[in-house]
Amino acid sequence: MRWIWIDKFLEFRSGQFARAIKNLTLAEEHLHDHLPGYPVMPASLIIEGLAQTGGILVGEAGGFTEKVVLAKIPRAEFFGVACAGDQLIYEVTLTDMRAEGAVVSAKAFLEGELLADVEIVFAHLDNTRSNQMFGPKNFVFTQQLLGVLDLAKAQERARLAETALENNGETSESTPVIE
Amino acid sequence: MPTHDEIFLKVQTTLVDALGVDEEDVTTDATLFNELGAESIDMLDIVFRLERNFGIKIPRGELFPENISDPELVEKGKLTTKGLAEIQQRMPYADLTEFAADPEVDKLFDLYTVETLVQYVCSKLEAQSQS
Repeated sequence: MRWIWIDKFLEFRSGQFARAIKNLTLAEEHLHDHLPGYPVMPASLIIEGLAQTGGILVGEAGGFTEKVVLAKIPRAEFFGVACAGDQLIYEVTLTDMRAEGAVVSAKAFLEGELLADVEIVFAHLDNTRSNQMFGPKNFVFTQQLLGVLDLAKAQERARLAETALENNGETSESTPVIE
Repeated sequence: MPTHDEIFLKVQTTLVDALGVDEEDVTTDATLFNELGAESIDMLDIVFRLERNFGIKIPRGELFPENISDPELVEKGKLTTKGLAEIQQRMPYADLTEFAADPEVDKLFDLYTVETLVQYVCSKLEAQSQS
């Protein structure tokens, strides 16, 4: 099992905003235990997906030079449940960022309705101390996790190229959604 | 320039939101770490909220001093004369009279009361209005 709780970025505006999809399927083992006979996405894993969306947004804003870790969830409100077969949309806005960390406002939507409203504080691990403990390798932004953003960028390039082709090679006027 | 009471009320809201404590527990003399249960990671959250709520900029290490493990500043768990002077310089908004008599590093966090934050914000807003 891979610890990746988002499937795809739909929109990514550097240092500002990210929108990602999470599809829920019965192929996911945990839904069979939570709950038996009533497969509901655990709230903690929705928060994890929001944190991964926000973590990549924060990390990318700093050029992935920092180890960004989830530090605190000051507030999390849930207004419903998501079941197998549902598609969640995660929207994360970067509210504040400074040398020590960042804070994001994160929301999950199901069929256009607000399902979860969460505030997440991220910390930048002190580079000197974390290098002593974990080494210089960035264990937060693994290639697997960053692959989600890389895929979205590749799809965006393909989409823009296709649009340009349809416009006989002229530059498309459509705004890129993955920056 | 807002009054002391107006600043206190905003600091109170800030701490209720950051620490999930009840409003009536956030009194002027309540200590952040012992009585209100703040932990080290809450410092970052508090700094973000104070900046947002008051429109001020808080440079790293200004409100919550960092790097006080230097042997010149600390000896046998207590601040040296130089260490105490350093803290006094870094925290001009805090009342260090009682702490100076027995400057144990572990007691440094006890200096942070709600009033300390109010005084800090007052000093930032004053400096801002003068510039």
